[in-house]
Amino acid sequence: MFPFRAFAFGILLAAGVMLVMFCLSAEAATAEKNLKEIHAWSGEEISLLRSLSLFSLPALPKDPSNAYADNPRAIELGKKFFFDKRFSANGKVSCGTCHMPEVNFTDKLPLAMGMGQTTRRTMPLTGNAYNAWFFWDGRKDSLWSQAIGPIESSVEHGFTRSMCAHLIADKYKKEYEEIFGKLPRINNKSCPPKASPGTGNPAALKAWNAMKPEDRDNVNRIYANIGKAIAAFVAQILPRPAPFDLYVDALTKNDLEAADKFMNRDAVDGLRLFTGKAKCTSCHMGPLFTNSSFHNIGLATTDKGRAEGIDKVLADEFNCLGIYSDAKPDECLELRFIDTNRAKYVGAFKTPSLRNVADRPPYMHAGQFKTLSEVLVFYQRSASRELEHNELTNTELLKIEAFLKTLTGPLSFPK
Amino acid sequence: MIRKIGVILLGLVFLGSMAWTPVFDPVQAEVRKPTADADYARTKLSKGGIFKASYTSEPDAVPVNRLISWKLKVETPDGRAVKDAEITLSGDMPEHGHGLPTQPRVTKNNNDGTYVVEGIKFSMTGWWTMTFTIKANGKTDSVTFNLQLK
Repeated sequence: MFPFRAFAFGILLAAGVMLVMFCLSAEAATAEKNLKEIHAWSGEEISLLRSLSLFSLPALPKDPSNAYADNPRAIELGKKFFFDKRFSANGKVSCGTCHMPEVNFTDKLPLAMGMGQTTRRTMPLTGNAYNAWFFWDGRKDSLWSQAIGPIESSVEHGFTRSMCAHLIADKYKKEYEEIFGKLPRINNKSCPPKASPGTGNPAALKAWNAMKPEDRDNVNRIYANIGKAIAAFVAQILPRPAPFDLYVDALTKNDLEAADKFMNRDAVDGLRLFTGKAKCTSCHMGPLFTNSSFHNIGLATTDKGRAEGIDKVLADEFNCLGIYSDAKPDECLELRFIDTNRAKYVGAFKTPSLRNVADRPPYMHAGQFKTLSEVLVFYQRSASRELEHNELTNTELLKIEAFLKTLTGPLSFPK
Repeated sequence: MIRKIGVILLGLVFLGSMAWTPVFDPVQAEVRKPTADADYARTKLSKGGIFKASYTSEPDAVPVNRLISWKLKVETPDGRAVKDAEITLSGDMPEHGHGLPTQPRVTKNNNDGTYVVEGIKFSMTGWWTMTFTIKANGKTDSVTFNLQLK
């Protein structure tokens, strides 16, 4: 007897399996369709995304004003200087006090705290060597010249360049001489520790002016070299690929499943807004998400920003055209063609890099905003002519924030 | 009654016409984006038709956020080189109300009607204008090039 029951059961089973398989494949097809829909970018858009990814970051630019910029011994010595608290009046402040490696080389404070409180926020150092101008107002034109600025600030290190010369002679003589050549004789007569033209203290200036010109030159040279070593180290603080970079890499390889793991739908939508409607890439461009230029974005501030930075960098004895620079005058392009239209730059500050931005609150030059969402709401409402973000909805702000979070990645620096 | 209705209607028409009158917006008026490809030409006659000017860029595809140099060629409209021009220039982003982040200038006269312009840097993507004011043979005229940077 033909087992009808079993036969019928078999047919039903087969039908069931086929149905399940059909559903599964339909689901897979839908998922694939969804992936294609979420991650649909034109060839032109992908090349724009590539221009923002770390894979487009060129090699470190040469700094013609610093002959020691890629000297391994200078990098090593610069790292020691960076974390050495003896370069401060109270023995408690080093560069690393405000630029803490564990928090993206910042301090998470609205206003930096050294010997006292400064008037601006600590700048993150990641990829800094790619800039043309340094500090929020661009009052320095090289990383080495920037590095020595805080040492003589009364609210930062509260030190003097003469004390630096003594410290080098006492504690770093051998290492210094291996890189920069023989140290001149440093004693209290040739180099009174309090002497300095850069602290704003009249007694320090008087002592400085009483020094012999060649002694002043010797101290300045040591001071500049300290900056050159610190700059060699700081230049090596670089961003490593973040989910956004890995996303772009996966897109380039047309691997949408991998792409989907690095950025979800909200983040992708946010990226579309960032590069499209919201026009963020007008200023936050390139793999470091900055144009390194200065803009007034309409923050209420009495700080004149770049308008004052222009005169400071032009008058700086440690600028690219100064005698402590290793560059030929022709090589100082940025300084030669500096825009001196001060009126244009009142209240303008440097566009910061957005690398690791979600990981280093607060925001703006004086820490005006505590969270990324506060920053985005400010941009949503701001009517400054230099900002053109179109009308953004609250949902769109959340998506942009989701995208910004994908810019958080590890840092590399000499350990 | 009819008169009252007439007045009301008149009032409505007046209000309507107010609503339709285009409000003069100086910003809008100033920002008239170039639309045709021809507006982005690298060779142009100056405004008054006195000079023909063309530029080449180094690198050729104008980049954003990098110091670059241009070579400006100045001729008469019939193609004779203008060798002793005094040239000044300014860049502008009309939609944003600001110019270049640098102050470029002519750094070299090649004495063949071409001039080297150094220090050009475009700090943003978008629409830029570059205006050259050319003074030669006792005449002054200007030429504006449009650029759309991506």
